[in-house]
Amino acid sequence: MAEVIAGIATSHVPSVGVAIDKGKQSDPYWAPYFAKVEPARRWMAEARPDVCLVVYNDHADAFSLALIPTFALGVAAEFAPADEGYGPRPVPNVMGHPELAWHLAESLILDEFDITIVNEMTVDHGLTVPLSLLYGQPEAWPCRVIPLCVNVVQYPPPTGHRCYQLGRAIRRAIDAYPGTERVAIFGTGGMSHQLQGERAGLINAEFDHAFLDRLIADPEAQAKVGHEVYLREAGSEGIELIMWLVMRGALDARVRQVYRATHVPTSNTHNGLLVLENDPTT
Amino acid sequence: MTTGTTRSYDDIPGTYVFDGRRSRQGYALNMFCMSLNQPENRERFRADPEGYLDTFALTPEQRTAVLERDWLGLLQLGGNIYYTFKLAAFDGLNMQDIGAAMSGVTTEEFKQMMLAGGRPVEGDQRSTPEPTHG
Repeated sequence: MAEVIAGIATSHVPSVGVAIDKGKQSDPYWAPYFAKVEPARRWMAEARPDVCLVVYNDHADAFSLALIPTFALGVAAEFAPADEGYGPRPVPNVMGHPELAWHLAESLILDEFDITIVNEMTVDHGLTVPLSLLYGQPEAWPCRVIPLCVNVVQYPPPTGHRCYQLGRAIRRAIDAYPGTERVAIFGTGGMSHQLQGERAGLINAEFDHAFLDRLIADPEAQAKVGHEVYLREAGSEGIELIMWLVMRGALDARVRQVYRATHVPTSNTHNGLLVLENDPTT
Repeated sequence: MTTGTTRSYDDIPGTYVFDGRRSRQGYALNMFCMSLNQPENRERFRADPEGYLDTFALTPEQRTAVLERDWLGLLQLGGNIYYTFKLAAFDGLNMQDIGAAMSGVTTEEFKQMMLAGGRPVEGDQRSTPEPTHG
């Protein structure tokens, strides 16, 4: 049977992708951040998942206000990087896993999660920056990738509780899949940041650390936190943190923290990086 | 919670939650911004800004805000930051440049604020309600 081997959470800041693409990782501004990424890269090189299921949000690239799916699952064989307004990132196309993705779609829908099935879509920095963080700059990504988009741009996004329950349903579906794939699930976006308005630049490290603590130890409680708390405390774009709850829901109730790091600033964002494994002692 | 035309989050200072009210107001504006994802549209807009804007049903105020690059005004007229950022990227600006413009400081001042840990959450911005779904 297929297996969920780990959960990874990371912010997905566009300028981090630019820093990687333009070889600026050792610049004084970026070096302290990328030093914190290195242990996660080493872990990834050992873990070598066959499939990465990446939970992220599209930023007006594959989707627009014309059609706004709350949850959208990519079932294609291949996804090209999006032109987000300044040319596509120079990264490889993402190779999908149609068989597992269709299994997920069927399982989730019959499990009462009414997700949207996507046969054609590009993938933007929300998906490609996390891959670059964990894999660097390979000629081809060393894993299959299944994109799962969550709407967090048009308010309201799905509740944190719904995201957590979706993660649990994803876990049930992967556990039931008759393959040998080892799957890592990514929750991306966050942590606190506000890009818009007079309050642009908001960072709330205290909130973020409390979020991380509860995400790890008591995700059921964190899943009950309402949107307005995120808007006020983590900034209007900090609400992306609900996507980390999808990842957490796909893991066991008890997890082992493999790695945890935070860094401020990466552009306007308090950047978080987390690697969790199921706790084998339970 | 929803009551009439106001929302409980409307009192968050300096924040324009992109809900249905703003989405309706800003639909054409945001779709114009998104059109800049396509290189041929970027060229058309570069060659003839006014003519290109004629192909979108912007209000006069939205049109002026686009032409004047009034980053805060664009939000107040229904723009969403992920969409309006495409216009900023078209100009070669980054998120810190327009963050500075929207909050009324220079880019250098904004960068320094971020290096010092960002804008703190203070006083009336803090939430005290019980955690609930909303």
